[in-house]
Amino acid sequence: MLELWDGLLAAGRLLISFDPDLLEIALRSLQVTGVALIVASLIALPLAALLAVRRFRLRRATIAVLNALMGLPPVVVGLVVYVILSRSGPLGVLGLLFTPTAMIIAQVIIIVPLIASVGHQSLRDLWAEYHDLLLSMNTTQRQRIMTLLWDGRRALLTAALAGFGRGIGEVGAIMIVGGNIDHVTRVMTTAIALETGKGDFALALGLGFVLIALAIMVNLAIHWLSQTERGRRW
Amino acid sequence: MVVSLFPLTTQGAMVRRRGNVLIGPVDLTLSGQGVTVVIGPNGAGKSSLLQMLYGLSRLSGGSVNWACDAREAQRRLAFVFQTPVVLRRSVLENVIYPLRIVGRPREEALALGREWCTRIGLGEATDRSATVLSRGEKQKLALARALITRPDALFLDEPCASLDGSATREIEALLQTASDEGTRLILATHDMGQARRLANDVIFLLRSKVHETGTAPAFFDGPRTAQARAFLAGDIVE
Ligand SMILES: Nc1ncnc2c1ncn2[C@@H]1O[C@H](COP(=O)(O)OP(=O)(O)O)[C@@H](O)[C@H]1O
Ligand SMILES: [Mg+2]
Repeated sequence: MLELWDGLLAAGRLLISFDPDLLEIALRSLQVTGVALIVASLIALPLAALLAVRRFRLRRATIAVLNALMGLPPVVVGLVVYVILSRSGPLGVLGLLFTPTAMIIAQVIIIVPLIASVGHQSLRDLWAEYHDLLLSMNTTQRQRIMTLLWDGRRALLTAALAGFGRGIGEVGAIMIVGGNIDHVTRVMTTAIALETGKGDFALALGLGFVLIALAIMVNLAIHWLSQTERGRRW
Repeated sequence: MVVSLFPLTTQGAMVRRRGNVLIGPVDLTLSGQGVTVVIGPNGAGKSSLLQMLYGLSRLSGGSVNWACDAREAQRRLAFVFQTPVVLRRSVLENVIYPLRIVGRPREEALALGREWCTRIGLGEATDRSATVLSRGEKQKLALARALITRPDALFLDEPCASLDGSATREIEALLQTASDEGTRLILATHDMGQARRLANDVIFLLRSKVHETGTAPAFFDGPRTAQARAFLAGDIVE
């Protein structure tokens, strides 16, 4: 209990002192996961809609694979990306290992299945509602996908936020491919792991509380934005 | 020069699902004018017939031919379903959806859409979410959305099932206007009053087959088959 209290105090001190290191790693966390989220959404959301509107061979298999990949252990993703990006690996020439880009790549791989799976579940229900109508109107496949993405946007936002949550709190993969290098690839979660390793539980906990606050703030901000949009449109 | 869609002719047209015949074989010719009402007991194949003629179900045999190219015909048809389907958008966005699908400019579509919202009594509700409308309002919305493209033919599958009298009356008035303005209507109904009010021609279905056809006066005043007589008398026909 004492340590939790110390952690809260540490979090307060970090915030009040406007610790520049804290600011830097918090921003890097947001940046890495934010970019990963955008890239992952651009891949996962159209995929989710395509899986809903189009019957093709291997469709069920694709959905099953996505569902399975949702539980992909980040550490394993990190290892695989590490091997691919390491100097002797197939993409070694790009020199991306131990850069934020490598961390983004790993996070994209981790959250695409999650967003696609959760997104597909809600779009599948929406498609069941819309199917007859959109067929009777002779819509093209592209129009069907766009219609589902637009009308399902609130459910998809929730899927995206779930992806953000998984990304911002993830440590296994980015530790391996980023290396937790100070001022280069250190983010909130890897800093917490480092301080814990050093035995500074209060600082680790403090960082942890700041991370939680950060995640909540992003969620609230996005929900607030979607609420005001609803207020205007409806 | 716009080529007419009609006559619509079917020859031995049939739809089967998992071995069961949903409808057919059907040999029909629909001419270019008026309101054709499809009647028959539950499960007789009314929905299946409409969907087959419209091209929503794959034929298991026979043919359905419009007077023009089938793809061209598809663009000039509209369908209203028994359970109204509304998009999760505002009333106005629902109404203009088919115009946007065919690439009409947004401003033009919005202007036309507002007109139609007013015509169906939702002129004050254009910005409301369509999902919170009453069932009758949803069906009027579906009708406006179907008519806004001025289709040559409109198919309706029991559009007034489970609607109250006033909503039914409003929908029939809209249908009458559309028909007067030249839209060909093909309407399935189990409401004999509605059939009598709207029909120019009748198709009576029984057990997945066309049992009797005729002009409305001839059919209602002197049905030729015993089953049609019994059905009109309100007896249970299967
Ligand atoms: N998707 C389907 N699969 C199998 N059988 C169906 C399907 N849809 C309808 N049927 C059957 O086909 C017959 C005709 O149904 P339907 O066209 O819905 O009749 P109606 O609209 O006159 O009530 C019924 O026996 C019904 O049970
Ligand atoms: Mg039916």
